[in-house]
Amino acid sequence: MNHTRRNFLKFAGLTAAGLCVASAGSVMAAATAATEKASEKALQAKRWAMVIDTKRVGTKETIDVLAKACHAAHNVPDIPGRQNVKWIWAAGFDEAFDQPNNFMDESLEKREFALLCNHCASPSCVRVCPTQATYQRPDGIVAMDYHRCIGCRYCMAACPYGSRSFNFMEPRLHLDLAKLNKEFPTRMRGVVEKCNFCVERLAKGKIPACVEVSQGALVFGDLSDPASEVRKVLREHYTIRRKPALGTEPSVYYII
Amino acid sequence: MLEKALKGSPKYYTWIGFLVLIILGASGIYIMQLMQGLTITGMSRDVSWGFYIAQFTYLVGVAASGVMIVLPYYFHHYKKFKDLVIFGEFMAIGAVVMCLGFIVVDIGQPQRMLNVVLYPTPNSILFWDMLVLNGYLILNVLVGWTCLECDRQHLPHPKWTKVLAYTSIIWAFSIHTVTAFLYQGLPGRHYWLTAILAARFLASAFCSGPAILLLVILLTEKVTTFKANVEGISTLAKIIAYAMCVNVFFFLLEVFTAFYSNIPGHMLPLVYLFKGVHGHHELVPFMWTAVALGLGSLALLIPPKLRDNMKLLPWSLAILVIATWIDKGLGLLIGGFNPNPFEEISPYWPTGKELIVSAMIYALGALVVTILFKIATEVKQETGASQKTEISSEA
Ligand code: SF4
Ligand code: SF4
Repeated sequence: MNHTRRNFLKFAGLTAAGLCVASAGSVMAAATAATEKASEKALQAKRWAMVIDTKRVGTKETIDVLAKACHAAHNVPDIPGRQNVKWIWAAGFDEAFDQPNNFMDESLEKREFALLCNHCASPSCVRVCPTQATYQRPDGIVAMDYHRCIGCRYCMAACPYGSRSFNFMEPRLHLDLAKLNKEFPTRMRGVVEKCNFCVERLAKGKIPACVEVSQGALVFGDLSDPASEVRKVLREHYTIRRKPALGTEPSVYYII
Repeated sequence: MLEKALKGSPKYYTWIGFLVLIILGASGIYIMQLMQGLTITGMSRDVSWGFYIAQFTYLVGVAASGVMIVLPYYFHHYKKFKDLVIFGEFMAIGAVVMCLGFIVVDIGQPQRMLNVVLYPTPNSILFWDMLVLNGYLILNVLVGWTCLECDRQHLPHPKWTKVLAYTSIIWAFSIHTVTAFLYQGLPGRHYWLTAILAARFLASAFCSGPAILLLVILLTEKVTTFKANVEGISTLAKIIAYAMCVNVFFFLLEVFTAFYSNIPGHMLPLVYLFKGVHGHHELVPFMWTAVALGLGSLALLIPPKLRDNMKLLPWSLAILVIATWIDKGLGLLIGGFNPNPFEEISPYWPTGKELIVSAMIYALGALVVTILFKIATEVKQETGASQKTEISSEA
């Protein structure tokens, strides 16, 4: 299915590009289509992965820097309360990992962990989505088509990591419209969203926004390439993943 | 036959008018939800399904339950259920209509609903649920309507209705199994991740569904000339009692597994529901009410003397319905989402608007059931079947 979908998106992208070269309307189509149109500059991989050095980004403040960069790049609204939307955020050890330890060393006890979608290799969210609005790309990224999502929220029940947010209300009301990133679409109410590993930036040859501002504490690369930086970091450090027992095979690793 | 729904007593009209009024009034709130989004509900990032989906789940059970009449009639030739079969089928229609209604109001982008059909995705259980529910609706409409029409014209039922009726019996099990699969295959939702969930769903459906049906039939007897076979009623009550026993038993299996294994993930949802955790006790009074009413209903339904007491029976059934509704319509969903993936409790309570929209769907279901039952009882009156005046031993 991925194949036909890619072709379709390519077609849709070309049509959209042809019809309205630089109109505001094409922004939406461009965001999905551009990622699929492999330009020469695009960064490519067989399986994208991220390693987070929690010794270096281990506080609310440092993680907030990542969140700010991500949320600004993706027009993530700032909604108070439990109907909020978030792509990357900070949480304590017990919230992040299901391996409670009643006598943990102090530094770990106080440490905060950056949580985001794990872009699982066997994603339960993709398995349940009835419309293929959530789908897995050949490079391992679990992406979303906001125009196909019907808002059934089955994927939210299926994600064991709480990575997904639903637009309970009009997100644009909670965005500073003057500061919108015009390169990325805003969402409409009634659809689900989550971290997309910056597919739109990868397509332009840029690394993810959070990695860019992390000053090297976040490493991003191809898990299938033994020579990649992520593999190097994984070889040299003790890392863990969230809830490995569930078999989702997360692609986000944490250096402890 | 539809014309039979148009002629009725002033009482009938008042009731229809009342339902239409609720539907129209409440649809204002639904339009509001369409304009503002699901923010008008109590749902959140953590409890992302709420009252709507809970009602959907409960009503799938009610839809499936007609089989408790249809199965003995077709598979065991239990003739005492003959007059009840049509009501079982018509009740199922009403219940499926409500199920679909609750799905529609729960969806964030209802105008895109057809995407489920346009991009069929067999690995999604929701896709299968859509198929089996709509299939079940069609089966019941076809069989129920055709058989009633034949009864009216004193014709034998065509052979194909029998084939479809057999199919619908198996199908009824499938709709509730598939609905349970929606939940029980999700990693990390401990309260749902249990092989017995589908069996629990069926057991609870086969007591609560027939209980509701029986209540409606008793009411129908009050307001029309229809009189059900007494023995049939008492058999149905017996089935309800058995199913409730199985339902309670299955639940206790869960309790044993969770607490004897002492695995926190399995225990926490139950502890949250029945005792409260982290200072959250929202559901505790409800769950214990369910326990008390559930056991009470067993005490009233197991002894034959009490069960066959027609004065008592409606009360026994009513408390059974309340108990199972709390279990499946509240506890199942909220307990499934709590604790959330971060081991926190995220309380949920439906908002008034959510309840009003739900009332709209329930009124719609009641309207469908009223009209269908009206037609069925009129036909029975016309053909002189199962009427109050005759000695109730029609075979
Ligand atoms: S973390 Fe959740 S949303 Fe992300 S891929 Fe895994 S299951 Fe899907
Ligand atoms: S909410 Fe959207 S993305 Fe999630 S399962 Fe439903 S259709 Fe798929």
